Parts: sequence; structure tokens; C-alpha cells
Amino acid sequence: MTNALEIENLVKTYGDGFAALKGIDMNVKEGDFFALLGPNGAGKSTTLGIVCSLVNKTSGKVRVFGSDIDTHLSDAKLNLGVVPQEFNFNQFEKVYDIVTTQAGYYGIPLRKAAVSAEKYLKQLGLWDKRNTPARMLSGGMKRRLMIARALVHEPKLLILDEPTAGVDIELRRSMWAFLEEMNRQGTTIILTTHYLEEAEALCRNIAIIDHGKILKHTSKRDLLQQLSVETFVLDTDKPLEAVPELKNFDCRLDDEGALLVEVQKGHSLNGMFIELEAKGIRVVSMRTKANRLEELFIRMVEENAEQTRVSQEGAA
Amino acid sequence: MRTDAMMTAFNTIVVREVRRFMRIWPQTLLPPAVTMTLYFIIFGNLIGSRIGSMGGFDYMAFIVPGLIMMSVITSSYANVVSSFFSMKFQRSIEELLVSPVPNWIILSGYVAGGMARGLGIGLIVTLLSLAFTRLSIHNLPMVILTVFLTSALFAVGGFINAMLATKFDDISIVPTFVLTPLTYLGGVFYSIDLLPAFWQGVSMINPILYMINAFRFGILGVSDVNPFIALGMILVFITLLSAVALRMLNRGKGIRS
Repeated sequence: MTNALEIENLVKTYGDGFAALKGIDMNVKEGDFFALLGPNGAGKSTTLGIVCSLVNKTSGKVRVFGSDIDTHLSDAKLNLGVVPQEFNFNQFEKVYDIVTTQAGYYGIPLRKAAVSAEKYLKQLGLWDKRNTPARMLSGGMKRRLMIARALVHEPKLLILDEPTAGVDIELRRSMWAFLEEMNRQGTTIILTTHYLEEAEALCRNIAIIDHGKILKHTSKRDLLQQLSVETFVLDTDKPLEAVPELKNFDCRLDDEGALLVEVQKGHSLNGMFIELEAKGIRVVSMRTKANRLEELFIRMVEENAEQTRVSQEGAA
Repeated sequence: MRTDAMMTAFNTIVVREVRRFMRIWPQTLLPPAVTMTLYFIIFGNLIGSRIGSMGGFDYMAFIVPGLIMMSVITSSYANVVSSFFSMKFQRSIEELLVSPVPNWIILSGYVAGGMARGLGIGLIVTLLSLAFTRLSIHNLPMVILTVFLTSALFAVGGFINAMLATKFDDISIVPTFVLTPLTYLGGVFYSIDLLPAFWQGVSMINPILYMINAFRFGILGVSDVNPFIALGMILVFITLLSAVALRMLNRGKGIRS
């Protein structure tokens, strides 16, 4: 299978000397749903900005579906659709004009652009707003407008930088469903997000970046297997007055009174139920805590920060 | 990008530019029409009748070519500088940067958009002038060449200004402190024959003097300078400024980090 995106030893040093990327390598396979995760200022947006030609790289190689952005930039761009983090359309233009104009930039004649614009504006629930100036849209609608605009030329690779930032839960879920469907139909998707729950729900492969370096680049499954502790949320038939003390498991109560039990890798869940039964606690439902990835992410970023601190102290 | 796709992209930029200045016509089309009408009434009719003839023509007929040219220069420049800078400001320039449109098409599209507004205003002012004087064309090809090339030149100038601008103040400095004085001192209202020899020499280094006189030659058949030298000079300036604008675009000056 070919790679949708190949990044080799990518370096970006800004004019003020700030090294945003310190030689990163990253591959995204065709058809993948890929997450690039990292704390603020880690280098996510710089990486995607270079891929999309919004940021000039200092050195390194970037290829989109085999097209090198140094030598075949136009071919690379034809395969790319971009949804940036911040609204970047003309606020005074109408929704329909924004989408069809973008198609025109890709050389798509208006007749064909109109068909594609109608398709995506309808799928994203914006068709009724097509004659509305963009500034009159709600925040969620503006985000969907940027997705429609990015898809109007049918790109093979869709890049989304924080696509659901500031979007309510219901809309976020509907955007997830839309993106999953796009991915099922063959579009390779790369997203950055602060909602690690989003990456865990949608993505198959993940890279974690911090301080301009890739800390981890693997499948979500492999990543989650590295998690030595998993937290389960247990709902009990009666509210618990105190945190029960279990011999082999750490417990705590969450804000809604549910019991959170941490289970070490290799420990049997049966043992947990036996101990709870012995204390007269009846479990009526159970689920895993959704932010397993978050736990892993925080641990990795903290470890990286600690290593950086130690190496800086060593150098001093 | 294929040639037909590039043509579509070029048309898209031009149509968007025209749609923009038509949408805000009270800011773009109306003011120059009102200002030029006032010039015709005050300088042409009221004061002009006391001045008498200039260059062998009555004063109103003499100033009409200069006023048309002044509105073409100002509007071509203003359209590109304000449109491109507001795209930078709103970051909607990124729509173009992520697309495969070659930079020379982006530049050509904006220049054509600026020319559409400049020439449109020129036509409006010409039609308005007919209410005050009778216009006869001495040399039509010279009229068309001069007005098209001048409009293109100032549209490119507006593009460079927009690339360099980092705040809204920066897009009004050149029109206010450079273009307006050079235009007023470029022989719109007088023939440089009226000036002392020293100031005639100083006027000759003002490029706008050549454009206005070449256009006046096309309409009235009189000029303070050789109109063909003027045409050649405009072409040289267009080539130089286009090369500068393209280089800035290729390097992403002010639009890529």
C-alpha cells in the first residue's frame, strides 16, 4: 500500500531562532485515520502547515502520495484538503460562493463545482444556509463550512487541525460520523485534536509529538497495550458512602458517585468482583474509562519533559 | 496544473474580485464618481471659465483626460491593496496558498481584478465628463494602450504594497503620501509649460506625468512629453514591479511563516 504522507527529517526553525521541529519522521498509509497528538506548541500545526504549504520548511522531505512538495508541489496540493484550526474564510462572502470559489482555485469549472458544493453542503447540513454570509453562521456551522470547502475538490488526503474545537458534543458526534464515513469511502484522514477521546474513538494510528520531536509513532492498539493500568467505571445499585478498600485494586469515587477501580495489567477482573461481593457491593453496570489514551499521553509528555529537564541540567 | 485548469483558477480570482467591489459599490464605485463630478463643476465650470484655454483647448477639455487617468490610477491601486491585504488580515489568503494555483496566476488574477475596477471607474468618469464637455478621440490605440497599461502598473503596485503591509495604516500611506501628490503634480490641472524651467525639470522625474500626458495625447493630440517614451516607460515599470511581486509571492513574504 502506498503512503499518503511521508515526512523525512523535517526541520523548522523560525526567524527568531525557535526550533519548532527538530527532524521528525512520519508516515501515514493510504486509507488510514491518523492522529497527530501533542500539547500546545509541540509542533503539530507547524508540521501540518508545512505539508499544506502555509509554512516554509527549513529542511527535510515531504511527499504527498509520492509527490515531493519541493519538485511536484502542484500534484501534492491537488491531493490535499485542509481544514485549519482557525476560521480562514472571507466573513463577508456567502457560504456557496466560498465553497465554489475554492473549487475554482483547483481548476474545477463552476458547473462541476456546483454539483460537488451541493453534495457536501447537504451532507454537512449547510445547504439551507448557502446564501448566508459566512459571518452570520454559528461556530459549529463555520467549522462544517471549512470541511465542505476542503472536500469540494475530492482530495485523497484530508488534514484537519483541531476540527471540533469549541463544538458541542452532539455536533462533535455527528462530525465524527461524517469523517468516519469519508474514511470508509477511501479518504485518508489526518487530524490533530486536544480531545484525546476523539483520537481514541476515530483513529487507527497515532503519532505523539512534543518539543518538535516524535515521541511515539505506532498503532492505537499497540499504544493502548502499553497502558499498564486500566480504569473501570462501576455503577452500583446503592450509592456508596465511602470508598471501599480492596486488597489488590485502588479505588476512588468520581463526581457522580460512580466507583472507579484501577486494574493492573494481568490482574483478573474476577478477583475485583469477588472482593466487591464480599463487601456487599452490587455492580449493576460497568464500562472502561474513555480516556485511556489521555492517561498514556500525559505520562509520555511528562516523561519527555523530565528527560529534557535532566539533560538540560546535565549540560549545565 | 493543466492550462485549462489554470484558466479556470484565473477566472475564479477575477470573478471574486469583481464580485467584491460590486458588492460594496457605495465604497468603490460611487465616491470617485461624486469626487470627479465635483472637480468638473468646480475646476472645469466655475474656475475653468476664468482660466481660459490651456494647450490650445478650453480648460474643461484639458483637465478631463487627467481626471480620468487620476481615477483609474487610484482605483486600480486601491482595489488590489485593500482586497489582498484584507485577505491576509482574515487569513482567507490561505485558501489560495493551499491550492495548486501558480503564483503568477494569483498575481495576474489580482491585477486583472484591479484593472476591472480601475477601467470601470475610468468609463464612469468618462461618461460623466460628457455632461460637461465634448470629447473627441485623437488616437484611439494610444488611449486604450495607455489606460490599460497604467491600470495594470498601479494594480501591481497595489499588490506589492499589500504584500508588505502588516497593518491597515500601511495600505493608506502610499496612496496618501505618494500617489496623490504625484498625481496632482503630474499635470492633471496644468501644462508643465507654465512652470519655471527648474520645476519643469523636476516634473520630468514624475512617472505619472508621462502617463497622464500620453493619455491626453490620445484624446486631445497634445502632450508635454513624447507619448511613445511614456508607453515604453510604463512597460518597463510593469515588468520590474511584476518581477518584484512574483519574487515576494514565491518567497511567501508576509503570507507564509
